[in-house]
Amino acid sequence: MPAAVIVENVGKAYVKYRSELQRFARWFGISVTPLTEQWAVRHVSFLVGRGESVGIIGQNGAGKSTILKMVTGTTRPTEGTITVEGRVSALELGLGMNPELTGRENVVHSAGLMGMSQNTIHELLPAIENFAEIGKYFDQPMRTYSSGMGMRVAFSVATAIRPEILIVDEALAVGDTYFVHKCFQRIREFREAGTTLLIVSHDPTAIQKLCDRAILMEAGRMVLDGDPQEVFDYYNALIADKENTTVRTTRSAEGRVATESGSGEAVIEQLELRDAKGQPVEYVGVGQTVTLRALVRVKSHLNRLVYGYMIRDRLGQPVFGTNTHHTDQPCVDLNPGDQVEFIAEFPMNLGPGSYSVSVALTSGETHVEKNYQWRDLALVFTVANLDQPQFVGTAWVPPAIKVSTITRGALAHSFQMRSEGKS
Amino acid sequence: MGLLPNLRFQVLSIVALIKAAWQYRGFIASSVINDFKSRLSHTRFGVAWVVLQPLAQVVIFATILSNVLGARLQGTSTKYGYVGYLLAGTACWSLFADIVQRCMTVFIDNGALLKKIQFPRITLAAVVVGIASVNNLAYVTIVLLALPLMAVYPGIHYVWLPVLMIMTISLAAGIGLFLGTLNVFARDVGQVVSVLLQFWFWMTPIVYPISIVPEAFRSTLVLNPVLPLVVGYQNVLLYSTRPPAHQLMWLALVVLLLLAAAMFVFRRASSEMVDVL
Repeated sequence: MPAAVIVENVGKAYVKYRSELQRFARWFGISVTPLTEQWAVRHVSFLVGRGESVGIIGQNGAGKSTILKMVTGTTRPTEGTITVEGRVSALELGLGMNPELTGRENVVHSAGLMGMSQNTIHELLPAIENFAEIGKYFDQPMRTYSSGMGMRVAFSVATAIRPEILIVDEALAVGDTYFVHKCFQRIREFREAGTTLLIVSHDPTAIQKLCDRAILMEAGRMVLDGDPQEVFDYYNALIADKENTTVRTTRSAEGRVATESGSGEAVIEQLELRDAKGQPVEYVGVGQTVTLRALVRVKSHLNRLVYGYMIRDRLGQPVFGTNTHHTDQPCVDLNPGDQVEFIAEFPMNLGPGSYSVSVALTSGETHVEKNYQWRDLALVFTVANLDQPQFVGTAWVPPAIKVSTITRGALAHSFQMRSEGKS
Repeated sequence: MGLLPNLRFQVLSIVALIKAAWQYRGFIASSVINDFKSRLSHTRFGVAWVVLQPLAQVVIFATILSNVLGARLQGTSTKYGYVGYLLAGTACWSLFADIVQRCMTVFIDNGALLKKIQFPRITLAAVVVGIASVNNLAYVTIVLLALPLMAVYPGIHYVWLPVLMIMTISLAAGIGLFLGTLNVFARDVGQVVSVLLQFWFWMTPIVYPISIVPEAFRSTLVLNPVLPLVVGYQNVLLYSTRPPAHQLMWLALVVLLLLAAAMFVFRRASSEMVDVL
């Protein structure tokens, strides 16, 4: 795969001088040692192939946006090189738009800012207006718009031309559901047409939906570069691990990477999925009742213990999750050596496919409070449709379908219509 | 890196800068138009305000100064001579000062844009120069229309006016771009400049005739680059004579060097600008 973006050992330092005069002197070729250098990003190298989609994730201040800025070209790396092959476009919504001007005027302005010639802009205007779908508002001042309408116009103009490389910085989570879908659709179309995608987002769903790969940044360094789900699991574990207990990853037999973290004050010794007869199972039929059994050993004195589990689909997206805090069944005052058994019984109302279970032992509602143990991909199982009518999707929502013919049209008699559920 | 690393490269990069701005000419034009549109929307008289404001100034000068204060200017036959003198001077100065002031803050005001979108940053400066120039054009038009009413009649030397305007714009753009770039890094520059502009205004013979400047200071006037321009405006509009061509030639050279220097500094700074915005 030819490369679209090559980032080679890139670093960005924000420099402070003793006086700005020193900075000015440096422009004229006088060498000056700066007072302080703060590295926002350092030793980052990665390669994005043409047509590939890569997500960059990380906590605030991890350096994600700095990297995007350098790829976009608004700021230059202090060390290392960035090579970009193709026209880059940053999806920045609504920047430079003037509320006093109409949508149309703002579109012309924004498109000009993106470097389009006036002729191109006027050719593209109808398409932009169509895509925004805001009707007569398009010719009214933008201050009369709802924020959703503003986003529509902004997105329409920002994506009017398919760029070779599209850079998205946290811009997708806005607007109404319908338009968000439309935006994703357009980005997917771009991707299929060969656009390289570079996304920064806190939204795991967006990254998993759109990206082939994810890069995890932490404190200006690149920590992990891999499959989006694997990276997100590691990221979650990192957040949980504020006390800096180690995060371990192990590669399972099927090549999936399981992430584990926690202080280890309580550990899950056994975890299994059982069918109605109490036999451990790996294949489950749709709608079958199963129990998820976890045996927990307490290693030190705990004031409070909450057990939680989450079922995820094969993309790692949560399908269902809860914990004993939400169900109001926390264990309190446990001593070392105590064993606790958690049994969750539920019908497997999921669609056919492969699922995984993440489990967590914590002190409270979220795994961030005090994390005893957190395991992703602790268990993998497959749901198969054994005895239910054919359906698609990840959820099993058994319907009772009634079909009844209310009236027969004039032409209808020529068709032999048969309805089974007569009312 | 030497003091002037590779002159040829510097020249080429300045050419590239101008080329980039030229490619964005459509954007620059629409930005200037948009500025007026957004400023005048919600107003009843719309475009008329562009003209009404300078008109008000002309009327104030004309009535207060000539009728109430009865100020007279030597070398002119009409009682409105002083008003004409004032109008000529301010036509030049307001263009100069407006551009310098707008350039001071243009990069700071557009910080968000500069951080996120890659586009030739010089266009931002071009836009404010455009806005100030259009404003000034309205003012000059009013002045040209008002002068005959004050018995100051147009002459052949009006052809110099576009030259004088372009030189004023270039001088102001050079100074503005240079200082506006520095202002991003050291914000005191902007404060100092606004004070300095006031001093500069009073050190330039705009409200007083050059003849009242004491002999001792007369020689320092040469150092004021705005002076030949102001004198040029006054000559052309009021006295129906040529502008001081010799001095303007020198000024043209200074302006060219200044513009080149400003663009050099701007180029050097523009990669760091985003880091401090």
